[in-house]
Amino acid sequence: MDLALSEEYQALQAEIRAFIATHGHKSPKVGGGRKRPDQKTLDWQKLLVEHGYAGRTIPQEYGGFGAKPDVMASAVIAGEFGRANVYAGLTNQGISMLVPTLLEVGTDEQKKAYVGPTIRGDIIWCQGYSEPGNGSDLANAQTKAELKDGFWVVNGQKIWTSSAHYADMMFLLCRTEPEKSKHEGLSYLLLSMNSPGLDRRPLKTMTGRSEFNEVFFTDVKVPETQIVLGRGKGWYVANVTLKHERLMIGDAGKMTARLEQLIKLLQKSEIDGVPLIRISEYRDRLLRLQGEVIAWKAHNLRLLTEAAQDVDSGVKRMIVKYGGTMLGFRLSSLAVDALGAAGLPYESAGEDAEDDDATTWNIDYMYDVGLMIGGGSNNIQKNIIGERGLDLPREPKVQGTVAIGRG
Amino acid sequence: MEFGLSLEQRQFDDSLRSFLKDRLPMDRLRALAEPGMGFDPSLWNGLAELGLHGLIVPERFGGAGLGILDAAVAAEALGNAAAPVPFAGSLVMAPLAFIDSATEAQQDEYLPGIASGEIRVAVAFSGFGGQTGTARASLEDGRLSGRITGVMDAASATHFLVYLPDGHAAVVAADATGVSTKVNRSIDRTRPMTDVTFDAAPAERLGAANAPLVAAQTVLDAGRVVLAADTMGAAQHMLDAAVAFAKERVQFGRVIGSFQGVKYMLSDCVTVLEPCRGMVWYAAHAQDAIQDEARLTACHTKAHLAEVARDVARITTEAHGGMGFTDLLGLHYWFKRIMFNRQVLGGPERCREEAAQLQGWTLHA
Ligand SMILES: Cc1cc2nc3c(=O)[nH]c(=O)nc-3n(C[C@H](O)[C@H](O)[C@H](O)COP(=O)(O)OP(=O)(O)OC[C@H]3O[C@@H](n4cnc5c(N)ncnc54)[C@H](O)[C@@H]3O)c2cc1C
Repeated sequence: MDLALSEEYQALQAEIRAFIATHGHKSPKVGGGRKRPDQKTLDWQKLLVEHGYAGRTIPQEYGGFGAKPDVMASAVIAGEFGRANVYAGLTNQGISMLVPTLLEVGTDEQKKAYVGPTIRGDIIWCQGYSEPGNGSDLANAQTKAELKDGFWVVNGQKIWTSSAHYADMMFLLCRTEPEKSKHEGLSYLLLSMNSPGLDRRPLKTMTGRSEFNEVFFTDVKVPETQIVLGRGKGWYVANVTLKHERLMIGDAGKMTARLEQLIKLLQKSEIDGVPLIRISEYRDRLLRLQGEVIAWKAHNLRLLTEAAQDVDSGVKRMIVKYGGTMLGFRLSSLAVDALGAAGLPYESAGEDAEDDDATTWNIDYMYDVGLMIGGGSNNIQKNIIGERGLDLPREPKVQGTVAIGRG
Repeated sequence: MEFGLSLEQRQFDDSLRSFLKDRLPMDRLRALAEPGMGFDPSLWNGLAELGLHGLIVPERFGGAGLGILDAAVAAEALGNAAAPVPFAGSLVMAPLAFIDSATEAQQDEYLPGIASGEIRVAVAFSGFGGQTGTARASLEDGRLSGRITGVMDAASATHFLVYLPDGHAAVVAADATGVSTKVNRSIDRTRPMTDVTFDAAPAERLGAANAPLVAAQTVLDAGRVVLAADTMGAAQHMLDAAVAFAKERVQFGRVIGSFQGVKYMLSDCVTVLEPCRGMVWYAAHAQDAIQDEARLTACHTKAHLAEVARDVARITTEAHGGMGFTDLLGLHYWFKRIMFNRQVLGGPERCREEAAQLQGWTLHA
C-alpha cells in the first residue's frame, strides 16, 4: 500500500501545475458538453493535445501526443485538472468510443482521416446503434445497407441518438448480410451526417432539452470503403466500442465533486432558518452518501492500480456502471430534496441555456435515470455481473437470441 | 501509487485462510458455538504459530511490528471463517493502547506477553465507546470502580484495559480483588459479551499518554476498522455461499441462478459489497499513515460496512430458501457475526454522528 506518487508522476504533476499556471486562464468553463464545442473550447483542446493532456496515447502520426498507454498518468492529469477546476478537455462519444475502436480495428486510412480531427474536436460523432425495436437487444438491429455500385445504400431508422443534432459523422451498426445469422449479419459503417437522404429530428427528453434524436435513412449512400473491419464484422466492432463506453460512465472523481456541492447545498438550504445540515434526518442521509462515496473512491484506486499492473479486474469493473449510476441518483435525490419546494420552479430553458445550480440538480436528477438506461441498462449490467462476473448460468435461450444484451 | 495488498500481505492472508479452513470445519465451529465463549485454546495457540498474536506488537517486544492494514487483512480472514478469536480487542486495540500510551516499564511488562498469547487484554470504554448499556468507571488512588456491560473479547481475558472518561486507560488483572465478571453468550455464538464490575480493584494507569482523548480515539478507531474488516469477511462468505447454492439448486427444472430474480439479488450484493473491500483497506491504511483522514474514515467504514452487510446477510439468506433459515446449513453464524459487529463500538447511527461532529455539522460542534 503506497498512495504516494513515484518521482516520475510527481514530475508530471509539477509539469501540469506549471501548464495550468501559465495557460489556465484560457480554459473554458468546466461542465457542459451538450453542445458543439465553441472556438474557445477548440483552441483549448488543441493546446491540451499539443501538451499531451488530451489524446495523450494517440500515436503522433494520427495527430496525438504519442505517449505510451499509462493509466496512472491519465489519473494524475485528471486529478490535477479537477483540483484546479480547469476544463480537462472534450469528452464525447467520438473521443471515448470511436477513436479507441479505430485504433484497434480501423484501416490506416481511417485512422489518418478521423483520429486527429476527432481528438481536436473538429469532427463530432454520434453513435447509431439503437433502433425503435432493438435497444437492449442490439444485435437484432434491422437498419439495412446494400452494396450497389461502390456504395452502401442505407435504409431504416435509429433512435435516442445522442448529439446527432450537431454531429458531423455517425458510426452506424446496420444489417448488410440478411441471409446470415443475427450476429454475423451486421456491419459497422462511418458516414457523414450531411449525407443526402439522412434526416435527423431532435427528440425532446424528460429534462425538457433535446439531448438525443431520431435519425431516418432513405437511400443514404456511403462509400464502400467506409466500413470498419469488413462485412459481417459489425457485432465484433460494436463490442469493441461498447467496452470503451462502459469505462466512460461511472467515474469517482465526478462523484466526489458532486458530494462537495451537495454538502454546500445542505449548508445553504434552510427550513425556518435552520440549515438542513443541522437537521439530523438530512444530515444522516448526507453522511450515508459520504460513506458510499469514500467506498467508491477506494474502489477506483483499486481498479486504477490493477489497470496499471495489467490485471483484468473482472467483476470489480463490471459493477462500476450499475453501482455508479445508482449512487449518482441517490446524490441528486438528496439535492432535489434539499432544494425542496423552493427548487421546483427551476426548469431547464432548453439545451442552449446557461443553467443555474438548482436547474442543474433538477436536470441531473432526471438525467441520472437516463444514464441507468443508456449505455446498456442497469438490468443488462446485472445480467453481465451475474453471468460473467459470478458465473451464474444464463437465462434459457429463446431460439436465436442471447438475453445478456448490449453493454 | 499502489493501492492494494503487498505480496507478503497476500501470503499471510492465504496461510491464515488455509489454516482456518483446516482447523475450523463446520462441526468444530458448531461445537465451539455451544458454550459460545469465543475462545478455543488450541485454535488460539495454532494462530500463534502464524504470528497473529504479535502482529502489531513492535519487534523489540517479540512481535512483527506491522500495522492496522495487516490487522484488517487478518480480521477479514477471521470474519470469513467466523472464527471464535478475541482478535479486535486483545490483539489489536490492547497492544495499540500499550504502544501509544504505556510507559516503557508497562510495555516491557505487557507487550511480550501479548505477542506470545499468554496475556489477553480486553478493552472496555466508559464514556465514548458508543455502545448501548452501562459504561461508567473511575480511578482513584490506584483503585478502579464502576461497571461496564457488553465488553467484547473478554471471556478469556487475563486483564482489562479500561478507558476512563478523560481518555486515560487503567489496566487491571481479571483475577484481582474487586473485579467480578459475568460472561453472557451472545446471539453471535462465536463471540460473547462480558459484563464487568470493578469495586475498588487495584489498577494501574497507562502512564505515557500525551493527549489521552486522542490516544483513546485512536484505539477505538482501530477497533472499528478491524470490526468492519471482520464484517467484510463474513459478508463475503455469505455471498460466496449463496452464489454456490444458486448454481446447484434446481427448481422448475432450472438451476435457480438462471432466474433473473435470483441473479439480480446476487448482482446487487456484489455491487455494494466489492467497493467495501477497498474502503476497509483505505481506512486501515489511513490509521497507519494518513492521520487527518483516520477518524473520519474509521467512523464511515464501520457504519457503511454495517449497512451493506445487513443487506447482504438478508439477501443471501433469502437466496438459500428454507435451507437458509435452518440451523442445518450454519449460514446463520455469519448472519449473527454481522449483527454483532454492527452493534459493538458504536452502531452506524452513532458512527455517522461522530463523522458529522468531526466536520462541524452538528449543533454542538
Ligand atoms: C440518455 C440516453 C442516451 C442514449 N444515447 C444513445 C446513443 O447515443 N446511441 C444509441 O444508439 N443509443 C442511445 N441510447 C439508447 C440506449 O442504448 C437504449 O435505450 C438502451 O440500450 C435500452 O434499450 P431500449 O430503450 O430499447 O429498452 P428495452 O431494451 O426495451 O428495455 C426496456 C426495459 O427492459 C429491460 N430489459 C431488456 N432486456 C432485458 C433482459 N435481457 N434482461 C432484463 N431486463 C431487460 C431493460 O433493462 C429496461 O428496463 C440512449 C439512451 C438514453 C436514455
